Amino acid sequence: MLSRIAESLFWIGRYVERADGTARILDVHLERLNHLSAKEAGGVARELLAVMGAVPKDGAFGLPELLDALAYDKSSAASIAGSLAAARENAKRARETISSGLWESLNTTYYGLAQQRSDVVGTYHFCHWVLERTAMISGRADTTVSHDDSWQFLALGRSLERADMTARLLSTSDVLATGASWVNMLHCAGAYESFLRTRQAAFGDRYAAEFLLMDRLFPRSIAFALRDAETCLTALDPSAQRVGFVNDARRIVGQARTFLEFHQTDDLMAELPEHMERVQKAVTAASDAISRKYFNRSDELAWVGEMS
Amino acid sequence: MSGLFASYTTALARSGAFDEMFAPGHRARESYGHVAQALAELSLADVKARGGLMARSFLNRGVTFDFAGEERPFPLDIVPRVIAADEWDVLERGVAQRVRALEAFLNDVYGPMKVVSDGVVPRKLITTSAHFHRAVHGFDPAGGVRVHVSGIDVIRDAAGTFRVLEDNVRVPSGVSYVLENRRAMAKGLPEVMGQQPIRPVEEYPRRLLSALRKTAPSGVLDPTVVVLTPGVFNSAYFEHTLLAGLMGVELVEGRDLICRGNHVFMRTTAGERRVDVIYKRIDDEFLDPLHFRADSMLGCPGLVNAARAGGVTIANAVGNGVADDKLIYTYLPDLIRYYLGEEPVIANVDTFRLEDKASLEEVLDRLDELVVKPVDGSGGKGLVIGPDASRAELAQLRARLIEDPRGWIAQPVLQLSTVPTMGGEKFGPRHVDLRPFAVNDGDDVWVLPGGLTRVALKEGSLIVNSSQGGGSKDTWVLSSPQTDGPAAGVEEHAQANAGGVPVGGPKPAPPVRESVSVWPVESNWRDNHAQKQQQQ
Repeated sequence: MLSRIAESLFWIGRYVERADGTARILDVHLERLNHLSAKEAGGVARELLAVMGAVPKDGAFGLPELLDALAYDKSSAASIAGSLAAARENAKRARETISSGLWESLNTTYYGLAQQRSDVVGTYHFCHWVLERTAMISGRADTTVSHDDSWQFLALGRSLERADMTARLLSTSDVLATGASWVNMLHCAGAYESFLRTRQAAFGDRYAAEFLLMDRLFPRSIAFALRDAETCLTALDPSAQRVGFVNDARRIVGQARTFLEFHQTDDLMAELPEHMERVQKAVTAASDAISRKYFNRSDELAWVGEMS
Repeated sequence: MSGLFASYTTALARSGAFDEMFAPGHRARESYGHVAQALAELSLADVKARGGLMARSFLNRGVTFDFAGEERPFPLDIVPRVIAADEWDVLERGVAQRVRALEAFLNDVYGPMKVVSDGVVPRKLITTSAHFHRAVHGFDPAGGVRVHVSGIDVIRDAAGTFRVLEDNVRVPSGVSYVLENRRAMAKGLPEVMGQQPIRPVEEYPRRLLSALRKTAPSGVLDPTVVVLTPGVFNSAYFEHTLLAGLMGVELVEGRDLICRGNHVFMRTTAGERRVDVIYKRIDDEFLDPLHFRADSMLGCPGLVNAARAGGVTIANAVGNGVADDKLIYTYLPDLIRYYLGEEPVIANVDTFRLEDKASLEEVLDRLDELVVKPVDGSGGKGLVIGPDASRAELAQLRARLIEDPRGWIAQPVLQLSTVPTMGGEKFGPRHVDLRPFAVNDGDDVWVLPGGLTRVALKEGSLIVNSSQGGGSKDTWVLSSPQTDGPAAGVEEHAQANAGGVPVGGPKPAPPVRESVSVWPVESNWRDNHAQKQQQQ
């Protein structure tokens, strides 16, 4: 397939998952923010935005600004609307490759953005709507696109972004140290019920963090998402080497995943910030390595002289 | 007839045009019998709701065109344009004939130029055409075809005669709307679709792909076809994605391609892959910075050299623009006689050549009653309609005509035929044209049954271009002459239908399907086991 199309697909996967993750985080934290005084809320909003990888604009920063930056600002790739618009833009470029079902769900989602109310109450509804739409997009991608290379790129982008979003989600526990509980974190990831059934009576921050970080069976845990990414990378480049590696992305993802999966510790909470930082770094590095290997093209058009 | 058509006759009388649906006396023509009957049963609310749903589905599916940087759904009207089988028969032959003549003309122009030495067309006319490209002179393109895809614009004058308005043999667009309109109409007006045999349009992508593959450079066993688009900001981008998708081929941009050793390759995740046929949807000027505009970022350097060396087929061939120059158009009847030895099946619109002194003077005298067009324009750009133009515009035009008579042609203002179209709260007559599409695979010219009917949505307007407020209609070509059944007339059809019997008699029984079994005989492993033991 064309490198340009592969790149578009990879980013569709990333952007849709980013919209999904951001909606989850916003939904849960919004409730908490509403309980704070305006002054406190401003500071927390700033920090939350920083965790999501965006820099607040100068001037007064409060709840409305946070909502704009994370939900409705179409010009920012960190916001939900921006991600969905970017996903749709990429889909437009790859439209003949993806299924019409996938394209239509992205396209109608994009047009639906304009119909949302952007106040606090509307945002709760917005987040739910986004989760529904992204689930539909993912579902259509999984059931209507052949699981060939094109789908692998989509799924690769999705799983890398998922690992990244879960890492960010766990980082928000610092921001909201006062009120955030592990219950919130689990709700965010949609993992509450799974966690309860797995851990039963073992409540506690430590177990929740461990679950989201290392659980081998929960699909939104970092270890699981990284393993998904590894599977995609293997499918894209099945060259089996006896020793060593040829694919940078596979090494980066693989190392991060194995470290987490087999890491043993007594004080996970103290190490958490480091884990989160390293996971995010690994995702960025892997994304770069994938670009270099698959999407690279000469930047300028050069005419190659005739031979013979 | 329902109230929606209440004031239709008076509006029609105002325009004086030929109406496709109603014969004089407000009687639906035979070909429109079923449509008239279905529309009569709809209320304004029905029509509006259906129109809204069709527009919504176009927006969701992304059936849009770019207008000033904004994506808009292409307006589709609920009343189809119906062409009777015998009318289509003439159109089909006329379009195919024209394509064959244009093909022969282009081969001649970029080769021996016999048409000039035989005195049919002056040499000056060809060499002064803005789209005559010397870079492609003197070689036969790989595959031997130049006009793979063409769109011949046809109109119907006040007397009901079809005439060719212009030829498009560079990058004719609009076929995607033909395909999408049919899908939308099947949902928007389902009552009628099933009652009449309407010739299908969905084989177009298959025909196109097979023609493109057939014209690949010789010696290529399994040619790789790509569609070359200028990119996502092009107004016809939707069409490019649709065609590439329906043909199952890659949609490439110029930056995906690379020319090496007179062959063309595309950059893929698995390295470079050879490309054999390029269906180009870029204007010639932007195709190859090596030969044409050096500042073009849309094309790929070296394409023209590769085509010259026979390493790649470019469809449509570079340099085709000389054939749809509007001044060449005036010579087309002569060219048909010269190359094919036939009389033209469809007539041209009477056209003044302004390089002729007497014609120029007449045109300048009658400027306020003629249509004046630039010879190399498309999409209605630069066109001036005399009766609608202001005094200052006419004065400006007059100066330009005197300065550059080669650059313009003049034609009488034609009252294009009308079809009922929803506007305001009722159906009113709106002017339409028709662009049939033809695919040429070198042996045969196939004309897509139907084509794109564009409609001017403003009452009285004669400009149908989508960029200037035009919409479209689904175009139905009926497949067999409607001689069977009651002689003629809507009333009789209505009676025949009242009994619930479908028109055309009872449907034949479906063929009995023979069952074939290929699976191994069902058995339990124990059975096999027991058998084996017995054998031992």
